[in-house]
Amino acid sequence: MSATDPKIVLLRAVLTAAEPLGARVALGVPRLDGALCGGLMRGGLHEVFAAPSQEAAATGFVAGLAVRLGGPLLWIRQDYAGLEFGELAATGLFELGLDPARLVLLRVPDAASALRAAADALTCAALGAVVIELTGAPKLLDLVAYRRLALGAGAYGVTVFLLRLAAESSGIGGAETRWLIRAAPSGDEEEIWGGPVFDVELQRNRHGPAGHWTLEWSCDDGVFRPADRGAVVLASADRPPQAAMAAASAA
Amino acid sequence: MRLTAVDRKAAGLGLAPGMALASARAMVPALKVMAANEPADQRLLEKIADWCDGFTPFVALDPPDSLLLDVTGAAHLFGGEQAMLDRLGADLKRQGFTVAGALAGTALAARALARYRSGTVVPQGTDSDAVAPLPVDALGLDPITVHAFRRAGLKTVGQVARRGRAELTARFGAGMVAALDTAMGHAEVPISPRRPLPDVRAENRFAEPVTASETMLATIKLLAQQLAKTLEERGEGARALQAVFFRADGGVRRIAVETGAPTREPAIIARLFRNKLAALADPVDPGFGFDLIRLEAERTEPCQVETATLGSDAARAKDIRFLVDRLAARFGAHRVLSFQPRDTHIPENAFAAVPAQYAENTRLVWEKVGAMGEPPRRPLRLFSPEPVSFPGGEAFRWRGVVHKVRHLEGPERIAMAWWQSPAPDRDYFRLEDEEGRRFWLYREQGVRWFLHGMFA
Repeated sequence: MSATDPKIVLLRAVLTAAEPLGARVALGVPRLDGALCGGLMRGGLHEVFAAPSQEAAATGFVAGLAVRLGGPLLWIRQDYAGLEFGELAATGLFELGLDPARLVLLRVPDAASALRAAADALTCAALGAVVIELTGAPKLLDLVAYRRLALGAGAYGVTVFLLRLAAESSGIGGAETRWLIRAAPSGDEEEIWGGPVFDVELQRNRHGPAGHWTLEWSCDDGVFRPADRGAVVLASADRPPQAAMAAASAA
Repeated sequence: MRLTAVDRKAAGLGLAPGMALASARAMVPALKVMAANEPADQRLLEKIADWCDGFTPFVALDPPDSLLLDVTGAAHLFGGEQAMLDRLGADLKRQGFTVAGALAGTALAARALARYRSGTVVPQGTDSDAVAPLPVDALGLDPITVHAFRRAGLKTVGQVARRGRAELTARFGAGMVAALDTAMGHAEVPISPRRPLPDVRAENRFAEPVTASETMLATIKLLAQQLAKTLEERGEGARALQAVFFRADGGVRRIAVETGAPTREPAIIARLFRNKLAALADPVDPGFGFDLIRLEAERTEPCQVETATLGSDAARAKDIRFLVDRLAARFGAHRVLSFQPRDTHIPENAFAAVPAQYAENTRLVWEKVGAMGEPPRRPLRLFSPEPVSFPGGEAFRWRGVVHKVRHLEGPERIAMAWWQSPAPDRDYFRLEDEEGRRFWLYREQGVRWFLHGMFA
């Protein structure tokens, strides 16, 4: 079979169509988007860890990512998570630029139900994203569970955020990207502080280098912006350094 | 104390309901007596009625010991009226009951015949002939009237019926004449079924009881397709559905699902039930199998013709509604929530999470507290207010941890609704600690401090 074989041509066309232009969503920071090969992958599994007692920051970061992705959002929470880390406040989401009308909140009794609900919800292609907020390290969240979520996300093009509170980033997992989020102090000299500032550590990036940035979220424009501090691009442990550098310089 | 019921043996010894216990004991010293339990009898009767739902949905209770079934249009499913009556009787007998039954044009005639000529099936239009030879007691009238008939020498229903109307009405009242007319099949009194009759229903009867859950699900899908046809003709969709599983041994289980918008798509309905059945804490136990599965649309509403094209906003909204229904079927409607704005400036009441299936559109809109370009003025995560102390220096202590304050903004005074609660007004401050975490604290009456939320 040659490359001009009509079957091959057709197959190519199908494959190209399968990854539409919007498959990656730029976050608004060129160097970060470069490391992500153009932006956050739609229909992928992204894991966001909150640094110790930085739950609000990680929640805000995920909310920002959800704003970038657009579309309806399903947010799955465990009962009693509110007592420990606070209830999700619709007014706060709105202040960040996320329209609460887009959001469906699902409260589940345990992590098993959360994963089951997510697997079901992923078959609803109308969803923009599913946020699974998990506390601690549930035993059920093994490689098989990651794989299942990643496959489901890919099959229907629904992005999944695993928001991990009070959990150590263990290094295993089949996520497209893994992030560690904490708040970053706002500038010293300003009298009035600005938008939320995040210290963003991209620990794992399947298709590019890891890295560490300080980002500010612009609530009015709904984009991330580089905060003052310079970014450091680290070589990804998963990739040979050349590939990582190439991907970074391509930005 | 009096006897309320006696078994066959006791009846053979001359005991009868209504007899005083003392005289019964005198007649039969070895008599075994049990206290009557009317609520339990009623529950049993209702259980039997549930089971009879498998024959027709029109089942009415006729306490203390009878049921009225309207089998119009259902008899052919069982091979005719006689066959249906025989089967009902045989099935109940197998479950250990003593049964008497009859089938007639009106409920009262059937009831009278069941008591005095059990097994009778009255050919259409001949109710009066069938009832005429019965004793007057069969009319179910009060004992005084019956006694009066007897004294007048009227022993059978037929003899009463031959008297003049005016004469009877004058002597016994219009109620008695009406009862007579219904019993004779001259007038119809509709029975009032126990449950609201389902608007639309479809059912599947199995020659051999089925036990496999796949068969149950496949059947529901099949029934949903039948239901969809009827619903489409009526231009309606279902808001509430029930699947009813009738076990061969008499058990009945009803499983209900609700939808957020009128639905008639078989695939959607089937999936809702699949989720619901999978999530039941107390699974549907087939026992020796189900011999009938019925799908009922309990509540229907007009349903717009779906013109939504794939990928359009309307189609997406519909998909989301379906997702909400599915999740509600699995986890309960109270767990699937959507946010709505509330018309108050009290922070914890400014929004509400309401069940998404029942969420109506509100006229209120979300409003930002701060101006454009301002950082969030309301926190992302909200706590029930937790006390905070100031151990000295520019720092506060929350949950045992001391946070050094780098930035502070405020106060924002929020007045409590004094007409609702006597809570004092609050002065809110936004604080940033050394690590960049942003907190929302308030001061009450100038002295007590609370943490209310955290910003991103």
